[in-house]
Amino acid sequence: MAKPEVYKSLELNDEEYQKILDILKREPTPTELAMFSVEWSEHCGYTHSRNWLKLLPKKGKYKSLIGEDSGGIIVDDLAIIFKMESHNHPSQVEPKQGAATGVGGIIRDIFTAGAKPIASLNSLRFGPLTQAYNRYLLRGVVDGIQFYGNCVGVPTVGGEIYFDESYTGNCLVNVMCIGVAKKDKLARARATGYGNSIMYVGSNTGRDGIGGCSVLASREFKECEEKRPAVQMGDPFTEKCLIEATLEALATGYVVGIKDMGAAGITCSTSEMASAGNSGMEVDIAYVPRRESNMKPWEVMMSESQERMLVCVTKGKEKEIERIFSKWDLNAVVIGKVTDDGTVRIRDKGKIVAEIKARSLTQAPAYDMPHKKPDYLDRLNKLDINKIPEPKNYDETLLKLLGSPSICSKKWVYEQYDHMVQTNTIVLPGSDASVLRLKGTNKAIAATTDCNSRYCFLNPYRGAQIAVAEAARNLVCSGAQAAAVTDCLNFGNPERPDRFWQFKNCMEGVADACKFFNIPVVSGNVSFYNESPKGAIYPTPTIGMIGVINDIKRVCTQYFKKENETIILLGLSKEELGGSEYLKAIHGLVKGDAPQLDLRLEAAVQKTVQEAIKKGLVSSAHDCSEGGLAVALAECCVSNNGKIIGALINNLDFIGRKDTILFGESQSRIIISCSKKSAGKIKDIAKNFAAPFRIIGTTGGKNLKISSGRNILINLPIKRMFDKWTNSLQSSITA
Amino acid sequence: MKFGVVVFPGSNCDQDCFYIIKNILKQPVKYIWHKQTNLDGVDCVILPGGFSYGDYLRTGAIARFSPLMKQIYRFAQKGGFVIGICNGFQILLEAGLLPGAMLRNKNLHFICKYVYVKTETNKTPFTNLCGRNQILKIPIAHNEGNYYIDKDGLKTLEQNRQIVFRYCNRDGVVNKESNPNGALANIAGIINKNGNVLGMMPHPERSSEKILGSEDGFLIFKSIAKRGKNKR
Repeated sequence: MAKPEVYKSLELNDEEYQKILDILKREPTPTELAMFSVEWSEHCGYTHSRNWLKLLPKKGKYKSLIGEDSGGIIVDDLAIIFKMESHNHPSQVEPKQGAATGVGGIIRDIFTAGAKPIASLNSLRFGPLTQAYNRYLLRGVVDGIQFYGNCVGVPTVGGEIYFDESYTGNCLVNVMCIGVAKKDKLARARATGYGNSIMYVGSNTGRDGIGGCSVLASREFKECEEKRPAVQMGDPFTEKCLIEATLEALATGYVVGIKDMGAAGITCSTSEMASAGNSGMEVDIAYVPRRESNMKPWEVMMSESQERMLVCVTKGKEKEIERIFSKWDLNAVVIGKVTDDGTVRIRDKGKIVAEIKARSLTQAPAYDMPHKKPDYLDRLNKLDINKIPEPKNYDETLLKLLGSPSICSKKWVYEQYDHMVQTNTIVLPGSDASVLRLKGTNKAIAATTDCNSRYCFLNPYRGAQIAVAEAARNLVCSGAQAAAVTDCLNFGNPERPDRFWQFKNCMEGVADACKFFNIPVVSGNVSFYNESPKGAIYPTPTIGMIGVINDIKRVCTQYFKKENETIILLGLSKEELGGSEYLKAIHGLVKGDAPQLDLRLEAAVQKTVQEAIKKGLVSSAHDCSEGGLAVALAECCVSNNGKIIGALINNLDFIGRKDTILFGESQSRIIISCSKKSAGKIKDIAKNFAAPFRIIGTTGGKNLKISSGRNILINLPIKRMFDKWTNSLQSSITA
Repeated sequence: MKFGVVVFPGSNCDQDCFYIIKNILKQPVKYIWHKQTNLDGVDCVILPGGFSYGDYLRTGAIARFSPLMKQIYRFAQKGGFVIGICNGFQILLEAGLLPGAMLRNKNLHFICKYVYVKTETNKTPFTNLCGRNQILKIPIAHNEGNYYIDKDGLKTLEQNRQIVFRYCNRDGVVNKESNPNGALANIAGIINKNGNVLGMMPHPERSSEKILGSEDGFLIFKSIAKRGKNKR
């Protein structure tokens, strides 16, 4: 009988251990125990989340592909494959390698599906930059992403970065990758065909990352320093070769199935490939190429060494596959074969060290966790606007917001990423969404990541809905139609009812909003236990969304293009301030309810912009998000790479207090600019969709001037706003 | 004009160069694998950007020892056209086909952005379609683009008119502010004395189509193709 401290150190509880005894009808070997511990971890088995993930819609306008390591949609004869994944805890421990291996892992998920990776995005959250360790984390994570992404030749085209106290002690690093394949050339992550060979390809196996998923990813985070050996090391050069070799191998037609050895390494790839193929598998780990001597069988099975994959190859064609991998100076070794008894049998020099039904490993227990609304929420949700002093100087307030690390330009970050390699990036980072052309077609795809976690903290259900609505809005502003979602669900400890309540409500919010917009969730990842001794992170269901642009000539960007054009606001500005960056950055408050969201209004605004861009009527389109209308207008003026176009805004509808209209974060608002001639046509389109339409001003000049009647509220030189917006991040980092 | 794009393990921009030559320039082009021992009869060799052999040790330091580089060395000595872009430039420096060396960027970061370069000479096979002093908008993407050469070397480069591109601002002013990486004398690209081997840090293949934001880089590919035609 294994001692409780042994299985508990592997994060298995008493009940789970008993279940293992029932399944095996004997005691597990150390290797088997290790295998169960990783496969039944939240990270691999989705034990706490599975019951709620069922809520997510699977169908949309485009045919969706769901079910293996990644998901996607079919657009004409192409499959667009994408997925987002977290690498939070490894990055908190060792930011450079943590982030780098996060990028490597998600890219492997894409090319093992048979798709050529064409772009990466990342969604990052850190504690305030006033603290030295948070600055170290930001620098390290960015360094890791550039180190891996640039070398591997996949452009890093977009993403987001937010700063908040709740992430001190537990940063978030969510990485997303997009790939493209001919739809009939996709690969499967399964092993089938009795007697077919199982090959190990890629780097050698070492002791790095042992227990990464069960220990690092599935536990609260306290003594992080001690867990450093559980972080893997990345080698982007090997990965680059692996991409080329894999795509070449897949083209032979001899690859039956292929799977990345990511979390839980050989354990996960053997059991999941066998289980998915309704077959069994027998491998001898003595054949596994090693980089360290005297590794125990369980260590080989648990290792999360990077840049490795398991391939099921048609019997007799092993040499062909070996030839391709050795051309790229990579290992390709037969380590076993497919069997038909549903059992994963692991041998070490012939001796059986594990023998488990594949299904019992992959069917991890699913728990229904208790959930309860946190006590503090009602108090937090109450906000009396009258107690918030109005700004004395609106110019200063706007400048301060433009310099807030969560709002300011992220140029310092994205200029360190190669965002142009592969020559598909037609809208570079710095607009609402990045746009990638699909070579050989007249189409393009747009991609974005979104989540305002402060909204989710104040109102998880609505906050999650807003994340979906805003992602779709960003895509629409680039000329795309939202098509599919990958979600990366970052939450605290699911065993605590208040945290689980946040998770449950966010899931319902994501599911309902996606259903409303007819957008399927095709892939994703759950990351629980994001806690530091100070408590849980804000609930952060990051939404990665892909949109399709049918005519590559109808791509739109956020910044003003010409002088003397009409500026239109679509949507309504309400008297609300809850959860705004203005409340936080200017008044030091996290209070109120998340902004209201009327999905029908949202759809009306989005459809108007989509139709207007499609008809070629729009010069620029930008959504209003953090910092509200004033910040969005400023961004329209400053984000055109140093080109200065000001604006005169003299027809806003000040239905409430002026600061709520300028800095409040009412949803479903888009600012567009267009020629005088087009304004009328856009008005007709808006009327048709019942979207609120208002001409609010004109582009031109060297200032952004916003007035209410005769009262000039804001009058700022673009150059001054540009400098503040452009330089703030760098000066906060080097502070 | 037959083009050959060299593929080292770790090359990233090989497919981008190939695409431009085949689909935009519409000239014959093939890949040349780094283990090959002949150049397949091409007229112009392109050493593309990327991280050849992972750029471990030092950028370009391992690539110069590849079997193919011996062939390229001979090809260049005989007057064949060679263009090294980014990592390709770094390899040409390591291989001694061009003088000087690369240091890390002055800010110690990778930099990817559009820059402007001034065409210092259009009397080369690679710039014959550029106007005199024409300003080109071309992106850079590198960690080590801080060109360095000793005083005498710089003097020689200048005397022989071997400096082909210098970083400048959008008005063509060459100064410290318009120098993205700290390169000596704002040098962005140089040519060998014989005028058949060009190395440049900016990526012309990323700025050869209007949809990507600039077509200025295409002038370089077009110049080579034109030169090839005239030769025949």
